[in-house]
Amino acid sequence: MPHAALQVGALTAGYGPVRALREVTLTVGDGAVVAVLGGNGAGKTTLLRAISRTLGFHGGAVAGGEISFGETRLDRLAAPEVVAAGVVQVPEGRRVFARMTVADNLRAGALGAPRGSRSVSLERVHDLFPVLLERAAQPAGLLSGGEQQMLALARGLMAQPKLLLLDEPTLGLAPLAAERIAERIREINRQGTSVLLVEQNAAIALRVASEAYVLETGRVALSGPAAELAASDEVRRRYLGVVDEDAAADAERIADAAPVLRRWQP
Amino acid sequence: MTTFFELLISGISLGAVYALIALGFVVIFRATEVVNFAHASLLFAGGYVTALLTDDIGFWAALIVGIAGAAVVGSLVEFLVIRRYRGRDHSVLAIVTIGVDIVLLTDLTRRIGTDVLPLGDPWGDKIVQIGPLAIPETRIAALLTAALVIAVFLLAFRYTSWGVAMRAAAEDREAAALMGVRLGRVSLSAWAVAGALAAIAALFLTVFPTPGLERNTSLVALKAFPAAIIGGLDSTTGALAGGLIVGVTEAMVTGYQDELSFLGRGLGEVAPYLVMLLILLARPAGLFGTRELTRV
Ligand SMILES: Nc1ncnc2c1ncn2[C@@H]1O[C@H](COP(=O)(O)OP(=O)(O)OP(=O)(O)O)[C@@H](O)[C@H]1O
Ligand SMILES: [Mg+2]
Repeated sequence: MPHAALQVGALTAGYGPVRALREVTLTVGDGAVVAVLGGNGAGKTTLLRAISRTLGFHGGAVAGGEISFGETRLDRLAAPEVVAAGVVQVPEGRRVFARMTVADNLRAGALGAPRGSRSVSLERVHDLFPVLLERAAQPAGLLSGGEQQMLALARGLMAQPKLLLLDEPTLGLAPLAAERIAERIREINRQGTSVLLVEQNAAIALRVASEAYVLETGRVALSGPAAELAASDEVRRRYLGVVDEDAAADAERIADAAPVLRRWQP
Repeated sequence: MTTFFELLISGISLGAVYALIALGFVVIFRATEVVNFAHASLLFAGGYVTALLTDDIGFWAALIVGIAGAAVVGSLVEFLVIRRYRGRDHSVLAIVTIGVDIVLLTDLTRRIGTDVLPLGDPWGDKIVQIGPLAIPETRIAALLTAALVIAVFLLAFRYTSWGVAMRAAAEDREAAALMGVRLGRVSLSAWAVAGALAAIAALFLTVFPTPGLERNTSLVALKAFPAAIIGGLDSTTGALAGGLIVGVTEAMVTGYQDELSFLGRGLGEVAPYLVMLLILLARPAGLFGTRELTRV
C-alpha cells in the first residue's frame, strides 16, 4: 500500500554559489525506515531542509529536481503546509523552545495538527516518553541532553506525522542514551510512522533502517538495503570505524609494541 | 500624605496606560524582532478614528471602531511594509518603522492641525472622593480598564494556541515553522494586537485632565518607550513593571515639582528617561529582558 511514499528526484540545492546537493534521488517507502549517512558537510541537513521547505531560513534554495509525498508536490509548498501534508522534521541540535515548559513545547508541536487531536497525541508521546509527563511543568531548557532529544521527538510526533524526518537524533548522546533513542525510533515506526533517519552514527542507523543512502559532497555515493551496506567494506571502513584485515593487523602489531597501560600510582 | 497617595494612584493609573503601549511594543518585538518606532502613530490613528466618529455614532461604538481601526493600520503596516523587508538586518527594519512613523504622523497631524479633539468619554472631569482622597473618575477608569485588558492579554498569551504560537516563534522562528506555525500570521496578529492595545491607551491619554487628542499626544505616547526598555524589550512582565515605574515616577516628580524646583522646570517630562538611563547602566537588558538593545 505505497500511498504515501516520499520521492526525491534529481534534487539539486544550494546556498548562493555553494552547491550542497547534486541530483540526489531517494525514496522512502510507506512504513519504512530509511537512513541517510555521510560525513560533515555531506548535505544531509540540506536534504531535510529542502524537503521541509526551510532552506529560505538559511539563504538557500532548491535549484532543480522534485520532491513529492504521495500525490502532493512538496516543493511548491511553504513549511507549514509540508507539516499539514504529514511530513514533520525534528531538526539537528534538538531546537526545543528552552524558555517554554515541556507541556507548552508539546502544545507547540500540535499547532500544525488537526484540531482535537491533541489529547490523543499527548497520550501517545507520554506512553513513549514517560519522563516528559514528570517534567511537564519544567522549562525545556533545564532538561538533560537526552531528555531534550526525547522532547524534540515527542514534539514532532504531536503533529501526527506520516513521515518523520530526523536529523542526527543521537548526536552528542552517551551510547546508552543513543541506544534508547534508537529503540524509541523503532517503536515509533512500528506504530505506523515512516522515518527518514539522517545520522553520522552509521552503526545505529544501519541497525534501525531497512534501506540506506550514503551521501558524499552532495551526491548519493552508495545506496541499498541496510544489511548489505553494513556488510560492505567501504561502509565498514569509512562509517563504522571497522578497519580492513591488513590495517587491523598493522594496528595489532603497533598495540603489541606499545607499552601496556598501567594504573597510575602515587 | 493625602497628596502622596493621590499622586501614587494617579501614577499607577498612568503607568497602567503606559504598560498597554509597552506591551504592544514588546509583542511586536518578540514576534518579529522589530523595534517599532511607529508605535506612537498607531496610537494616534486609533485616537483619531475615535474622535472623528464619537459625535455621530456615540462614544462606545466610536471607541470600538477606533480600536479596530488601529488594529487594521497595524496589520497594514506589517503586510505592506515590514513583510517586504523580512530577513533583513534588524536595524534596517527599525529605520523602516521610523519612516512609516513619519508618514503616518505627518498625515494625521496635518488633518488635526491645531485642533484639540475630545473623544467624548462619559467620565468628563468628575472627581470621586474615597476617604480623604480626591481622584478623577478617568484615572480610576484607566486603571481598571488597563488592568482588565492586560490580564486578558496575559492569559491569552499563556493559555491559547495563539499565545503558544507567538512564544514559539519568538524563541526560534525556524523551529516554529517546522511545527506548522505560520510566521506571517503570527507577525500580522502581533501588529494588530499592538494597534488595538495602543488605541485603548490613546483614549486614556486624552481624557481629563488632558483636554483631548492633539498633535502632541504622540509625544506623550513616546514615554512608553522608556517603559518597554526599562522592563526589557522582550519581556511582557517587564512591560508592566516598566510602565508602572515610568507612570509613578512621572506623577511623583510632576506633583512635587515645587519641592524639586532646584532641579529645573519640566522635570516630570524628563524623569522617565533619567530612570531608564540609570536602570540600563545597572542592567543593560532591562529589568526582565534577556536581550540587550545593542543586539537589535
Ligand atoms: N547556511 C549555509 N550557507 C552556506 N553554506 C551552507 C549553509 N549551510 C550549509 N552549507 C554548506 O552546505 C554543505 C552541506 O551542509 P549540510 O549542513 O547539509 O551538511 P551535513 O551533512 O548536515 O553536515 P553535518 O553532519 O556536519 O551536520 C556544506 O558544504 C556546508 O558548508
Ligand atoms: Mg547536518
